Amino acid sequence: MDDFPILSVLVALPLVGALVVPFLKGALAKQAGIGVSVATLALAVVVAAQYELDGGMQLTETYDWIPAFGVHFALGVDGLGLLMVLLTALLVPVVLLASWRETETAVDGNEQGSPTAFVAWTLALESLSLAVFLATDVFLFYLVFEATLIPAYFLIGGFGRVGRSAAALKFLMFQLAGGLILLIGVIGLYVVSAQAGSPSYLLSDLMALDIETEAGRWLFVTFFIAFAIKAPLFPVHTWLADTTGKATPGTSVLLVCVLDKIGTFGMLRFCLGIFPEASQWATPLVIVLALVSIVYGAFVAIGQDDVMRLIGLTSLSHFGFIVLGIFVFSTQGGTGSILYMVNHGLGTAALFLVAGYLVSRRGTASIRELGGQEKVTPVLAGLLLVAGLATLGLPGLSPFISEFLVIIAAFQYAWYVGAVAVTGIVLAAIYVLWMYQRTMTGPTADVVTRDQDLGVREIAAVAPLVAALVFFGFYPIPLMDAADPYVGDLLSHVGITDDPPEVTAPAAAETAEEGEY
Amino acid sequence: MEFTEPALEYAEIWPLIVVFGVACLGILAEAFLPRGRRHVVQVALAAVGLLVALVGTVLVGTNLDEVADGEARGLIGGAGSVVVDGPTVFIWALVLVASLMGVALFAERRLEAGVSAFSGQAAALPGSDAERKAQGLDHTEVYPLLMFAVGGMLLFPASGDLLTMFVALEVLSLPLYLLTGLARRRRLLSQEAALKYFLLGAFSSGFFLYGMALVYGYAGSMDLGAIDAAVRNDAANSVMLQIGLGLLLVGLLFKVGAVPFQAWTPDVYQGAPTAVTAFMSAGTKIAAFGALLRLLYVGFGADRWTWQPVMWVVAILTMLVGVVLAVVQTDVKRMLAYSAVAHTGFLLTGVLGVQASGELAEGQVTSLQAVMFYLATYSFATIGAFAIVSLVRDSSGEATAFDRWAGLGKRSPLVAAAFAFFLLSMAGIPLTAGFVGKWAVFTVAMSAGAWPVVVVAIASSIFAVYFYVRHIRLMFFDVPEADAEVASVTAPSLLTSGTIAVGVLGTLVLGLVPGPLLQLAADAGQFIR
Repeated sequence: MDDFPILSVLVALPLVGALVVPFLKGALAKQAGIGVSVATLALAVVVAAQYELDGGMQLTETYDWIPAFGVHFALGVDGLGLLMVLLTALLVPVVLLASWRETETAVDGNEQGSPTAFVAWTLALESLSLAVFLATDVFLFYLVFEATLIPAYFLIGGFGRVGRSAAALKFLMFQLAGGLILLIGVIGLYVVSAQAGSPSYLLSDLMALDIETEAGRWLFVTFFIAFAIKAPLFPVHTWLADTTGKATPGTSVLLVCVLDKIGTFGMLRFCLGIFPEASQWATPLVIVLALVSIVYGAFVAIGQDDVMRLIGLTSLSHFGFIVLGIFVFSTQGGTGSILYMVNHGLGTAALFLVAGYLVSRRGTASIRELGGQEKVTPVLAGLLLVAGLATLGLPGLSPFISEFLVIIAAFQYAWYVGAVAVTGIVLAAIYVLWMYQRTMTGPTADVVTRDQDLGVREIAAVAPLVAALVFFGFYPIPLMDAADPYVGDLLSHVGITDDPPEVTAPAAAETAEEGEY
Repeated sequence: MEFTEPALEYAEIWPLIVVFGVACLGILAEAFLPRGRRHVVQVALAAVGLLVALVGTVLVGTNLDEVADGEARGLIGGAGSVVVDGPTVFIWALVLVASLMGVALFAERRLEAGVSAFSGQAAALPGSDAERKAQGLDHTEVYPLLMFAVGGMLLFPASGDLLTMFVALEVLSLPLYLLTGLARRRRLLSQEAALKYFLLGAFSSGFFLYGMALVYGYAGSMDLGAIDAAVRNDAANSVMLQIGLGLLLVGLLFKVGAVPFQAWTPDVYQGAPTAVTAFMSAGTKIAAFGALLRLLYVGFGADRWTWQPVMWVVAILTMLVGVVLAVVQTDVKRMLAYSAVAHTGFLLTGVLGVQASGELAEGQVTSLQAVMFYLATYSFATIGAFAIVSLVRDSSGEATAFDRWAGLGKRSPLVAAAFAFFLLSMAGIPLTAGFVGKWAVFTVAMSAGAWPVVVVAIASSIFAVYFYVRHIRLMFFDVPEADAEVASVTAPSLLTSGTIAVGVLGTLVLGLVPGPLLQLAADAGQFIR
């Protein structure tokens, strides 16, 4: 059992599903899709069970792939990777279930692609995303990182509202531009490692490499730009709202909750892992960008009239928090960021899906035209409220803990950084509650009838997310157990130890007090 | 003066002789066989000839002797005029595979309702009675012409001296000029393209010839090895050398379609019969890059500080002009032509990434290896893409205007998907061959310190992605206007569909497991001086 290549199987399973599904018709394709994604989730849970909590890369597999380039097919899982894999594996069946009817109904009189294609592309996206989170070879990572864009492009372009093909093109152009900038960095790494003796792309070899300061900084910049576009971070976020505004809610979940995580995942694993010196060098600028993203994202979200755009833009603010937590370099910040990545995935997915239910009932995403849902569709309203409260960081729901950790870390870094970050919480309360107020309360429109409340399938799709939000809100220990050793390893690699708690009392008094204990 | 009979190394150069011999046989067949039988015989001759040559190339490649402490393999034959070394054999194999795919496309007769895509009688005036009479006729001279062009393509990268290189250049070019003018439909466009190609090509040959004379004046020899020795000894009057090299480059850069000598590319690609475009775009590029590499690395390798900056400028201009002009095209064939110009730029990026073998780490990718691999990936994608262009037709023949392609993905999902796949490979999206090729050429340029070129190359790639993806969007997501005529896919015979399948397979396999071919390119070793 030890030699069983479980990670390769985990990546291959949804891929096989994606190749088989196109040959099935209608409902059978959807059932097969859910079957495959649930099996993948089960396999991911098995991986989690085999994972030992003391950190480091585990369950590693390494095969030579392109010897001429020093490229290996190398997979491995660490605490960060494990959480991302579980998140991805959980969200895909949820999305497939929630999007069951998505492809059948024409939106705005606009013909949708075939449901088979939706399932197939979703599974392909899942497989590639899993590979991204498991790759321990930079070249392999780059390949799958770029390849995820193809299914994403077809998911955006083929399904959703009018104007989606333009949105898909914009999305792809932004992402590929980032990817090609990253290509410079990937090529640069090859050159650096070839100069050091023998070219290799293995993460472990690269981390051991002693990269010259200036070269390291240039390479860091290429990696960071690519991940900032992916995440997204101000000022390269403009594709985000256009995309989530046009794509189906399911696609938006996959994009924002899974694909965008690759950005912050990459910052942790590659920026900090390979270029520790350059990461610290860039910290001031990155923190400014993160703070701008937090505040600007929240303000723009407040001003939105389109629910789906609003939710997309809240993520800009959230990714600001995640990046902030990563670059303040402390245990609380790092753990908080990783938890944030998971919790944001759960909370935003729930928000997207429930809002999507609402939009598909009313046929419009304009907040101005919605309203008065609460009285007639209480379940829908309740779920929207829970998802919204999770997003704004209400204590008792899991995003609170991660947001709290990041803000503590921000205050430790510098009080003004913490102060700016805190405004994000206030603004989040405004955009969530105001959105809820305008869509759910007020006079009920005539078109809304009581039988429009959520069906069993729709509730079942969101239920796991809400359950996880509540569970991890009260008991975040499992997440922390996975994240903590990883963050500890990473920070010691970067060369940072947490500051000891500062003692403000005069030195003399301190020694005197010590005597008493 | 005593005459010594030159000894030919038949064991090494026989694939070349087979191709030329079959071309001559083709002419005899054309002269003596009745018209009805010619098509089958000519196709069989060409296909068998190319296959035998391909097998021969593989055999020759496996039996080459190592020289220069294993850094290179092969020998200089034909009294110094033909060099059969590792890179030669690799390029021969590429040319022959591309030619085989080309022959299959030439032989396709189902698309034009039972006749080939070539004019029945090229000499007949468009619109005249003579042309109408020739309408049902089939043109079979194209096969010997193709074989001669292939012969030239094989000789071109194997030339050991400038004179042979010039002869090969003409042997490969003249048949192509003719083939360009033979389209059955849109005769005027085709003839115009042929004339342009011929005039500009003849002009550039003149440059090449003048360059040869100046280099001869400098080095006292046409031999690439002797030129190399002269450059190393730093013989006097290097101005003559530099002007000579510049003029030689004009001739070669014209053939590969580099800026500022790219102007013929879109017109010729558009006007030529699509089968010819497919064959020519791949074959010429492979052969001409082979020759360019040999000229620069062998003849002027010691003088690379002179030509590398020139190549920087040419590569940067070629990439930028190629992608910017491709963005504004509204015709598929012209778009692919400008994309071919951009690919020339990417290949030049690899060419200028040459480093002395001592500067490279053990197992690091060499520029020769990278360029040869890129040529392989590009050939599969471009031949496949043009083969698909020949299938997409409306009432007036091939429909190359963009608006005809709208919604093709809904009408013919398989063909559109294959075309999208080729475009993605050309755009260099991972998991396709094009990505690995791009990675290789960019890496060697970066290793050689040409980072500004690489940055421009990346920027051009972003532009390139835009027009490739825009076309994918057109096929899959755009809805044609209600009353507009749209193109549909005509079912081809196995010849074209097989070619497309080979293209798809090659692009896929080289994208997923590029290791073996890269290793083969590495094993080919260096050029023999």
